[in-house]
Amino acid sequence: MTDLQVPRSGRAVAWDRRRASLASVWRSLRNDRLALLGFVVLLLFTLMAFAAPLLSDKSSLSAANTGDNPVWSPPSWEFLFGTDHLGHSVAAQFLWGSRISLFVGLMATLLQVGIGSLVGLTAGFFGGWVDAVLMRITDWFLVIPFLPLAIVLAAVLQRGLWTIILVIGVTSWPSTARLLRAQVLTVRQRLYVDRARSLGAGRIHVMRRHVLPNVTPLILASTTLAVPISILTETTLSFLGLGDPTSTSWGGMLNAAKDNSAISGGRWWAYMPPGLGIVFVVLAVTLFGRALEEILDPRLRER
Amino acid sequence: MSVLELQDLHVTYRTEGGPVPAVRGVSLTVEAGETVGLAGESGCGKSTIASAVLRLLPRGTKVSGKVLLDGEDVYAMNPGRLRAVRWTSAAIVFQGALQSLNPVRRVGQQIEEAILLHSTQSTAAARVRVGELLERVGLPAARAERYPHELSGGQRQRVLIALALACGPQLLIADEPTTALDVMVQAQVLALLEELQREHGLSLLFITHDLSVLTHTCQRLAVMYAGRIVEEGGSKQVFADPQHPYSRALAAAFPTIGDPLSRMNPQGLAGDPPDPLALAPGCPFAPRCAVAVAECSTLDVALRHAGPGRSAACVHVDGPNV
Amino acid sequence: MRARFLIMKVVGALSTLAFVVVFNFFLFRIVNENTVESMFRGRNLSASQIARLERQFNLDGSKWEQFTAYVNQLLHGNLGVSMKDFRPVTTVVGEALWPTILLVGTSTLLAMTGIFLGFRAGWRRRSRYDVGVTTFSMFTYSMPDAWLSMVFLGLFASGLGLFPTGGLEDSGSNATGLSQILDQAHHMALPAMVLAIAYIGEYTIVARSAMIDTLREDYLQLARAKGLSDANVRRKHAQPNALLPVVSLSALNFGFVLSGAIVVETIFSWPGLGQLTRNAATGPDFPVLQGLFLLFSASLIFANLVADLLYGRIDPRVNGR
Repeated sequence: MTDLQVPRSGRAVAWDRRRASLASVWRSLRNDRLALLGFVVLLLFTLMAFAAPLLSDKSSLSAANTGDNPVWSPPSWEFLFGTDHLGHSVAAQFLWGSRISLFVGLMATLLQVGIGSLVGLTAGFFGGWVDAVLMRITDWFLVIPFLPLAIVLAAVLQRGLWTIILVIGVTSWPSTARLLRAQVLTVRQRLYVDRARSLGAGRIHVMRRHVLPNVTPLILASTTLAVPISILTETTLSFLGLGDPTSTSWGGMLNAAKDNSAISGGRWWAYMPPGLGIVFVVLAVTLFGRALEEILDPRLRER
Repeated sequence: MSVLELQDLHVTYRTEGGPVPAVRGVSLTVEAGETVGLAGESGCGKSTIASAVLRLLPRGTKVSGKVLLDGEDVYAMNPGRLRAVRWTSAAIVFQGALQSLNPVRRVGQQIEEAILLHSTQSTAAARVRVGELLERVGLPAARAERYPHELSGGQRQRVLIALALACGPQLLIADEPTTALDVMVQAQVLALLEELQREHGLSLLFITHDLSVLTHTCQRLAVMYAGRIVEEGGSKQVFADPQHPYSRALAAAFPTIGDPLSRMNPQGLAGDPPDPLALAPGCPFAPRCAVAVAECSTLDVALRHAGPGRSAACVHVDGPNV
Repeated sequence: MRARFLIMKVVGALSTLAFVVVFNFFLFRIVNENTVESMFRGRNLSASQIARLERQFNLDGSKWEQFTAYVNQLLHGNLGVSMKDFRPVTTVVGEALWPTILLVGTSTLLAMTGIFLGFRAGWRRRSRYDVGVTTFSMFTYSMPDAWLSMVFLGLFASGLGLFPTGGLEDSGSNATGLSQILDQAHHMALPAMVLAIAYIGEYTIVARSAMIDTLREDYLQLARAKGLSDANVRRKHAQPNALLPVVSLSALNFGFVLSGAIVVETIFSWPGLGQLTRNAATGPDFPVLQGLFLLFSASLIFANLVADLLYGRIDPRVNGR
């Protein structure tokens, strides 16, 4: 029948299993054409953001260097996206602005998911009064309208890149916390956790081996879906003039366009590129995130 | 003319794993005033038949063969006729679990809805009728104002029975009506069903996995396995002297209360029902059969006559094919 | 039993409000330089002026004294005085209240039509209708409010000249009655449409998910067996049940619509709370900002309360019956 096999270590088996599940996730994603499209678009934008220094000279954006660029010139071969009220190339701003928007989007999401996960996991796992207190705090935060809170925080603290990241992270964590807590509670209720405990497994062991694997996919899925919100929030905050004064994100470009009468003057090239950029990035992440969520969310899988 | 006639019914579900044949050639007749039981394990296709009679299967399900309700083919009806026939010719008594009734509507209103749908009565008259129906099934008329979650399991089951009777159907299909109930309540509900059946001269198709229940309530009995009927006959005879090894196992699995023999000897059946996606050639029961012979894994046995009014699909039965 | 449910919900809302008041107070004291000097930078102030301003803006005394003074003021309906023009905050906010209610109310009603779009889409998953609705929702969801406003403004107002470019009414107009209403409606058309389009996606997606969750319920099978038509099964049995999660989420969504109004009002120069918030934020005008924050939070708490009570009304399992 079977040959005598050298027994493989538990760790090797675990890694094999992880590789196999990763492969199956990749396979399912590959089948979803929209998700793939989203992923590709996202990749393109990220590459573009990284390549900004190669594609355009940042000094061309400094106020001193307007040179003799025509002001408010529509798109042409020389200036792909035209120029703004100071003669700066809109395309260059678009490139450099993408770095800010994407960076802030990513960082704010990580912060938000980090806080949310910590709170949710702690509340779900320890239960009792820890849970009650944390959930009360979460509910309170949910009730505070997040944009006014973000505005107030941004107005009260020093303006800057990290302020924005902090503000977005601190105002958006409640929903993630709620979600994760619910999932932890579901897993805890499952019989096998009880059985592990009766076998003498300590809390940390249970946490690591049972809760975390069931919760990690959810965290991953929530992260991808939180990125669009972070990007859109950053856009709004920058648009309202609360962003980093030293650099201009896409939202900042929109603000500048409005302030300099680009709308009434019919200078659509000042606000269409950044706006469309946001739309495509957010759409791409949403498509990809939804597909990922469908695959990874253990609740959805049980259907 | 029989109230219900299934002619070589085949039902194949469409799933992500491929087509699943749930019913593979079932022919069954229910005459007026007759009570017929349909027994089998979960997954054998009996619930599919209940849904198939009123054409309640999910979209995309393939159905072939005939389902004749009062001589009319249900699958040839146009949508309007189908909706008119539903509940008035035949009604289903579902499992009374909390999910069977709409949780945000009062139970009385849910019965009213059926009445108003199929008659021209006024709402007031319908409400009176609802009260009568509830009393007939042993509930006070005031229960109509309750929501489903406020009732006990037994009460919900009675509501479902009242609902099924609302439009005076000739055929009641009871799909596992007592499975979710405890034994005492089960007995009450069964007694109620029998009473109503006698009183109104209803035909009853009783679907369950509990064979012992069927022997008391039904005149005739059909045993299903893997989408086919493997034995049919008078219920008491089938229970007392099963001709098919599966019926034998099924009968043995349910101890008769009061019978010392079965108290001492509970029997289960090893193995699992076959995967409908991967049916082996030959008799589907062969892998689990205690008396299987070599032929069984190659010959797909059809129903054979096994006595007056009886048939079974087993090589050990020597009678001509039905 | 129902009374108990009601009381508990109201008490909960009040306690949350209390938390918000405390939070609001301390939020604005985060920055240590929240002193009169920093607020009025660049203006030479005498010592007595400073003292007077400190008292006026509640910045004198210990933190605890400030807090009690603040609460005391609140209970008397006094929200302080604007830093910009020294008018009472209640007046400043009061002036901006109605335009926002008008705008946000109208757009929310419009956006809520998304609920029915979502229900139908969820009912027939993967149909062309569903794909169309879902795609539309995802697109509008991805659009930043600021940009959408600018596009609409640029296209329909400045470009085609079909709508005015901003404001509540034509400036210098003395119209009253019907002509005033029409004028205001004309001005409100674009911003209301932008807000509605921006938030319809949210309602649609939520309603669709709720419907999909409801589809697996057994009582739908029973309804069909009774002889109800497909549309009626959806309308009379699926939708009332799918509405439950939609109600709870609508309250949450209200907060987002309020936020969206901030951007839209700014671009369309709509003289409402949103524009006020933006101006107060960039001012900065802390008392006004603080008052607005309290107002926003209170309305969100109220919206949640309404949603909770509504939910209790339509789901008999919840209200203690």
